[in-house]
Amino acid sequence: MLGKLTLSAIPYDVPILVGTFIGAAIAGLAVVGLITYYGKWGYLWREWLTSVDHKRIGVMYIVVALVALFRGFADAIMMRSQLALAYAGNPGYLPPHHYDQIFSAHGTIMIFFMAMAFMQGLMNIVVPLQIGARDVAFPFVNTLSFWMTTVSFLLVNVSLFIGEFSQCGWLAYPPLSEQQFSPGVGVDYYIWAVQLSGVGTLLTGVNFFATIVKMRAPGMTYMRMPVFTWTIFCTTVLIMVAFPILTVAIGLLGLDRYLGMHFFTNDGGGNQMLYLSVIWGWGHPEVYILVLPAFGAFSEITQTFSRKPLFGYKTMVYATASIMVLSLVVWVHHFFTMGAGPNVNAFFGIMTMVIAVPTGVKIFNWLFTMYKGRIEFHATMYWVIGFMITFSIGGMTGVMLAIPASDFVLHNSLFVIAHFHNVIIGGVYFGYVAAMNFWFPKAFGFKLNEAWGKRAFWCWFVGFYVAFMPLYVLGFEGMTRRMNHYDNPEWHPWLLIAEVGAVLIAIGIVCQLTQLYVSIRDRNLAENRDLTGDPWNARTLEWSTSSPPPFYNFAILPEVHELDAFAHDKEAGIDTRQAGGNYQPIHMPKNTACGFLIGAFSFVMGFGAIWYIWWLAAVGLIGVIATVIARSSDNDVDYYVPVSEVVRIEQEHTHNLMAAQAAE
Amino acid sequence: MADHISSSGESHGSVGSYLTGFVLAVILTVASFGLVMSHAMSPAGTGGAIALLAVVQIVVHLIYFLHMNGSSEQRWNVMAFVFTVLSVLVLVAGTMFIMHDTAINMMSR
Repeated sequence: MLGKLTLSAIPYDVPILVGTFIGAAIAGLAVVGLITYYGKWGYLWREWLTSVDHKRIGVMYIVVALVALFRGFADAIMMRSQLALAYAGNPGYLPPHHYDQIFSAHGTIMIFFMAMAFMQGLMNIVVPLQIGARDVAFPFVNTLSFWMTTVSFLLVNVSLFIGEFSQCGWLAYPPLSEQQFSPGVGVDYYIWAVQLSGVGTLLTGVNFFATIVKMRAPGMTYMRMPVFTWTIFCTTVLIMVAFPILTVAIGLLGLDRYLGMHFFTNDGGGNQMLYLSVIWGWGHPEVYILVLPAFGAFSEITQTFSRKPLFGYKTMVYATASIMVLSLVVWVHHFFTMGAGPNVNAFFGIMTMVIAVPTGVKIFNWLFTMYKGRIEFHATMYWVIGFMITFSIGGMTGVMLAIPASDFVLHNSLFVIAHFHNVIIGGVYFGYVAAMNFWFPKAFGFKLNEAWGKRAFWCWFVGFYVAFMPLYVLGFEGMTRRMNHYDNPEWHPWLLIAEVGAVLIAIGIVCQLTQLYVSIRDRNLAENRDLTGDPWNARTLEWSTSSPPPFYNFAILPEVHELDAFAHDKEAGIDTRQAGGNYQPIHMPKNTACGFLIGAFSFVMGFGAIWYIWWLAAVGLIGVIATVIARSSDNDVDYYVPVSEVVRIEQEHTHNLMAAQAAE
Repeated sequence: MADHISSSGESHGSVGSYLTGFVLAVILTVASFGLVMSHAMSPAGTGGAIALLAVVQIVVHLIYFLHMNGSSEQRWNVMAFVFTVLSVLVLVAGTMFIMHDTAINMMSR
């Protein structure tokens, strides 16, 4: 009846988990209680959970990403503390069984549910506004994507309290991840979480590709698209190419585990090396899927706060496109030591060095954009400059690892850990936080507090160096990754320094939370309100509408005459909004609960399959199919916003604009 | 929003074309299973044959279910298809290159 699920699957004898559960339960009950107290369930359901508005979906994605950040960071600081303690006979406080789950969960959560969710949130909020569209191409698919990602993250968190998580690292290499060596449910949690979120990500890729190709404002040719949109465009192409590979790789591993097949097993003709090749065929494009949007955000921020158009727009576009193509032919550098001959390693080593060239071009473009600009040192610019320094160092250590001969020395050591945190924190995370600070007033109508933003930056920036530079040293000293305890006295001081760095980063996260709290508290102060919709005197179309934008984004679709359409219109004295123009009824999609329902049924299916509760899995699957059929045969999915409503909203914004101009 | 996307140039097929596609797909699938289960050919021959049937299956799906054709309105579809073929080739050929080289180098076969 309940498959493998018994009472012994509940880890009530592990004090850390019981404490976590009590904490999570109290926090959860507090949130539920507050929502009930203020009677906001109906509002939450109607306006957010069932919303197909890309801006609201974007905000919800980023909320999920921030929750994932806390979970992932809690794992990180637990690992650092374990390694600071577990020295010379002291076993530390995390037994290997638990420690292995923590590093696997840390990687899985940070990539799939922090970075991917954050990235999809940003593209949701920004891209339709930036190309002058009213929504994405497939609004229902958008809410479905969001819920698939969210329920997968929920599944990972359920593994904390029911059963266990994978102990095989964030990519679940076989043969360790096979039934023979991992008979528990941990790897199954991993498989289902990754597969379900993969569906969501792939749909997002298709959706935004179609949006960018088909729904740009009149006059916006490809070479007039803002750079952020360009980077999202290349990212969606990479998602469409790479995510099916992930689905196949994890799917074959699932067949091995569930149906006793032999794709990657030791026996029966399986070949675990094939798994490495296939999974990294996804894995390497994935890091560019994450970092390209960050590059786009840096471009927008640099040109806005340098008060200059971006230096070398065309080279930026071509560099992005070359990275997109080259990222598909470098994957072997993750396993140079697997045993391929010099031909293979030389080819992929050279390709890896080649991909550093377009990335270097971008760095120079940003530098030249700042050169002779009137740079305003806004908090977002701090993250940009911090990124340029940090990412350059990370890129250089990456080129070191691209040389097969040196990779043979450094493979699987903490040097690799230091390198990819150097580029992922310094590139991806700094980029997303900068983007959040930059576009926050667009989404909510008030600015984030700058002083706390700068404090957060300094803690993260210094904390990063203190936490990860020692790991480069440890890599040279031969310390391997995923180690639970050690005896080498030379390593101990470096690991203590790294622990200090992790604490600094923790303070940085506290600063970010404080920044959010202070900004929301002071949102009505005159200097924080964004009445004009253009708080930074920026260059692209999203700033031409109000903040937050009306749900239909643009009453009249903007005409694009130049690159940086809004900057051009401001200089030429054109009203991009065409206020008071010829308003027409606006065709909009209706909200729907189907995305939420398909997500919920997928969760049920995944949970059933993880625990071998087959009737429950069947219920989930039938629920998914039934919801899809019901949705497909529903013709009542759209409506028209009457002109009177449009006029009312637009006049209110015009009134705000005039008040803001009078105040100046 | 659907109404912003012009539906010109998209072919939606007919019941007849869907049925043709379905029958062809069933024949190809049954043929693959039949070859494997009847042991009619040598193992290497079976592998080659089902790979060939799989490629034909892909073409059938593209034409009858995804409505690909060479008309000029389908430029986007064709470009996307070419890119797909290219990336699949990169991955498949690359993986074969890597796995072959590894097998030779490690003397695992």
